[in-house]
Amino acid sequence: MTIAMFLAFVIATLGITVWSAKKNTGSAAYFAAGRSIKGWQNGLAVAGDYMSAASFLGISGMIAFFGYDGFMYSVGFLVAYLTVLYVVAEPLRNAGKYTMADLLAYRLKARPVRAAASLSTLTVSTFYMVAQMIGAGVLVSTLLKDYTWITPNAAIIGVGILMIVYVIFGGMHGTTWVQIVKAVLLMTATFALSIMVMAEFDYSFVKFFDAIASLTYEKGGVEVTQNFLDPGLKFGAAAPAAGVGWGPLDLISLGLALVLATAGLPHILVRFYTVPDAKTARVSVVWAMVIIGVFYILTTFLGFGAATLLKPHLITNENMAAPELSHFLGGDIFFAFISAVAFATILAVVAGLTISASTSFAHDFYTNVLKHGKEVSQAKEVQVARIAAFFVGGISIALAIKLQTINVAFLVGLAFAVAASANLPVIVFSVFWKRFNTTGAVTGLLVGLLSSILLIVLSPSVMGIDGPGVAAAKRHLIQMDAIFPLTNPGIVSIPLGFLAAFLGTLFKREPESEAKFAEFSVRAHTGLGAEKAHDH
Amino acid sequence: MSDTESKPESETNPGTEAWERIAARPEFEALLAAKRRFVVPCCVFFLLYYFALLYLVGWHLDLMKKPVLGKVNVAYLFALSQFFMAWGMAWLYMRKAAAYDRTVTEILKSENL
Repeated sequence: MTIAMFLAFVIATLGITVWSAKKNTGSAAYFAAGRSIKGWQNGLAVAGDYMSAASFLGISGMIAFFGYDGFMYSVGFLVAYLTVLYVVAEPLRNAGKYTMADLLAYRLKARPVRAAASLSTLTVSTFYMVAQMIGAGVLVSTLLKDYTWITPNAAIIGVGILMIVYVIFGGMHGTTWVQIVKAVLLMTATFALSIMVMAEFDYSFVKFFDAIASLTYEKGGVEVTQNFLDPGLKFGAAAPAAGVGWGPLDLISLGLALVLATAGLPHILVRFYTVPDAKTARVSVVWAMVIIGVFYILTTFLGFGAATLLKPHLITNENMAAPELSHFLGGDIFFAFISAVAFATILAVVAGLTISASTSFAHDFYTNVLKHGKEVSQAKEVQVARIAAFFVGGISIALAIKLQTINVAFLVGLAFAVAASANLPVIVFSVFWKRFNTTGAVTGLLVGLLSSILLIVLSPSVMGIDGPGVAAAKRHLIQMDAIFPLTNPGIVSIPLGFLAAFLGTLFKREPESEAKFAEFSVRAHTGLGAEKAHDH
Repeated sequence: MSDTESKPESETNPGTEAWERIAARPEFEALLAAKRRFVVPCCVFFLLYYFALLYLVGWHLDLMKKPVLGKVNVAYLFALSQFFMAWGMAWLYMRKAAAYDRTVTEILKSENL
């Protein structure tokens, strides 16, 4: 049953890919879906690109295990879109072409800036993708556990091949529609689950919240009663002793990264090139905010529903809270549907990551760094992107298989930290600060990138001493006490990224960049000269 | 929400002089100032509102655990209000942006672009 639903989704999306492949004539069609996606469609696609399995399964699970503190993620993921709406979406659409680096290179020296931005893009996308694929391997093999041949490795390879096919043949057009279908499926599943949870409480919010407020379950073999609406179960002052984190300061650091990273995530930024103009980009952010906001509010029902109806100690692990809830509420068929939705969720996100990484490689690194921005035909650029997608996909499959036995929970945090610490500062400065220059952009990108990586490596996510009984996939990579106390580096690395971009700029004046600020500003704020939509 | 009308714009780069001329126009400078007057306070507000939640959840647990609506506590209501805050701020911006769009159209029209 479950496998039939998986196959139905695979066949439908391959159909989309074949249909899209015909539209891929020229680079604007391949990289930006001909800039012909409508506002509401792009809103759905942004939502589909953004809401990963970590949101659907991860946040539901975190709420099921830690109650209110899990909901903190939900809040941050939506509020982040205000940064996208106010600061990034419109100037990006007006001044850029295919990638985040276009915005920076508009008035700065193209080669160093694009090289640094491409490095940061590839780093963020690869980390994020490997984390998603390892999750996919475990998840798919658990969901399809009746088929013993579907091992985590087989699932990783399957997901990897599908995403490569979507991106190489479907291009941005195909990826967009896979994301739209996924967003619709995910919202349908979430609404259905929420209503079924409420049915268990006779559609009474009073009964539902009463149950959450006095939840009795087993903790370490002892029966405890806990108010799951109370904050502090994960990030509370008492938590560090329990080894969960560094308490409130870690929450602030996480919040900072959540709220600032989205506007620097390359796979989200490229979505704004797929619409005809800045106004449509703006409309699509608002559509995305409505969809994403409703989804994250509904995690209340998924997470607390799993906690109250299943009891935390009876749920296999955090990722299985939503699927097991669906089995409890709707039996095998509904479990199959929810599992297929989780699978669709992963595929849409990894396809988005693959296309943004390969676009950046082809457009930023190959065309503008290696070939000095000269004499690369559209067909050649698309060809390079397709080859890059193949390699990005292949490398991610290999890394995911190689790394799946170790604890990679830090990879998503790392991707967010890099996006917020390296990408966001240089985007903000290049839009608003006339004096900003190439040196500032390169130092900002590199310091943001390296400090995020270094702090994560020194943090309790990577360093820690485990007892002998800890399974390999949960063991810390470095068996030493952590040097940096926070699991989320944002509170240090984000200011460092801004500071490096600022100081780098002061180091040297760049009259060419300042002279071009008037042109950039007019273009970014009026859309004059912006890339046009192409009709098919 | 209408989202399909894309107005025809000049196909070519209008040239360095035109960029400089538009940038120096008082209407354009006023537009940028108006955007700044709106966006900067809004960003400050939403960041303060968001970090207020994180701060209270981190350091003022007693206050946040107080039940208000039946068993629903301050913490959950404040978190839920963040969603409506974000939607409200987005709605405000859409209204402002419509006015910015009109200014842009006028500037480009008077430049014959």
